[in-house]
Amino acid sequence: MTSEGVSDGRLHPHFRRGGLVLAGVLLVLAVAVLVGIRYGLMLAIGLGFGLALEGLRFGFAGPWRAMILWRDPAGILAHLLAIGIVTVGALPLIAARGGELVGAQAPVGWAMVAGAFVFGVAMQVVLGCGSGTLVNAGSGNPVGLVALPFFAMGSFAGAWHLIWWTDLGALPGINFAGWTGVAITLIMLGGVATLVWQLAAPEHRSIPRRYVVAALAIAALALANLLIAGQPWGVVYGLGLWAAKGATVIGADLSGSAFWSAPESVERVRASLLVDYTSLTNIGIMLGAFLVASWRKGGLSQELPDLPSRAWIATIIAGFLLGYSSRLAFGCNVGAFFSGISTGSLHGWVWFAAAFAGSVLGVRLRPVLGMEGRS
Amino acid sequence: MTRRATAAAALALLTGLVVADLFVTRPNPYQAPPIFAIGSGAVSSGGFCGALPD
Repeated sequence: MTSEGVSDGRLHPHFRRGGLVLAGVLLVLAVAVLVGIRYGLMLAIGLGFGLALEGLRFGFAGPWRAMILWRDPAGILAHLLAIGIVTVGALPLIAARGGELVGAQAPVGWAMVAGAFVFGVAMQVVLGCGSGTLVNAGSGNPVGLVALPFFAMGSFAGAWHLIWWTDLGALPGINFAGWTGVAITLIMLGGVATLVWQLAAPEHRSIPRRYVVAALAIAALALANLLIAGQPWGVVYGLGLWAAKGATVIGADLSGSAFWSAPESVERVRASLLVDYTSLTNIGIMLGAFLVASWRKGGLSQELPDLPSRAWIATIIAGFLLGYSSRLAFGCNVGAFFSGISTGSLHGWVWFAAAFAGSVLGVRLRPVLGMEGRS
Repeated sequence: MTRRATAAAALALLTGLVVADLFVTRPNPYQAPPIFAIGSGAVSSGGFCGALPD
């Protein structure tokens, strides 16, 4: 039976899609009015990230896996392109407006390197990095959905122990600044791109147009993130904050942690989630991915994968490790690799090398842990 | 079971998180910062993955 806008008891796709867009716009407007315009814009930026990542099927873990398994460099080259564009915009602005705008700058240290390596392993096990896990959960991927709460708990725990880990030894922060920083970073990006191109299989030496579009969109959104929030795009801090808030609600005492008992942390745990920039973009990423999955024909009608028990156990452990290790590493693919390199921090480059090495191991662990399904 | 169920669960978890947080802390739009950090004259103070406590 068919009536106006309703077919077989379901809304006509045009109405459903129109409703989804309207809901997204209303949500952004509600946050802008009830919390503040800056916060509404940050939610809109997050939605943009989610739409771009899921809509263009772009991410970080998948392209690294493609390079490792099939010597397909397209995704990594798109990452380097996006990072290069952000670098040209961000570094001169940070130099000119110091204080108002800050980079994703962090020191290189033992725990940082080990954390990035473990993150690389774990992200290949669940096939989702920081933004990837949010996108996967929002689009109904059950592995992403199960990993996400443990990611948040891991981020909270990693931040709890962060000072102990950094005390193991770290260099002073090394940052490339201003136009000199732009030149150094672009030369290094060019060097890596050349290396990746040389290592690529000849039949894969091209970049699909959707990856170029995705790189341009992600770069534009990352620059908007910096100009509006005053800080680069990040993911992991927000997830740890969600867990810290949850722990506080159930009566946990955070005063035993040097990180969570610091005055600025206490204030952020007490404040609304809707005034935390990384929380807003994280929420937006999930909603944007949900919107695309709902919009796309058959996006939500896929059957869930039949995974063995050991795969779910691996998902829980890897989810926790993603969160814990990324706090030690001062970020994930987004906060350390993408934002770290594009705002001139040496730790972003070290993170890239260590996490890629971890990914080589993670790609091999994935089938062993049953993540490819029942054999 | 399809992804419709898991996507709905993700959305429900997210909504629950935000609503529960609103019960604990209400944001005040009158204390909102300027729209853009750049040009605001204010020092950036948001939480970030790379930041250590002062």
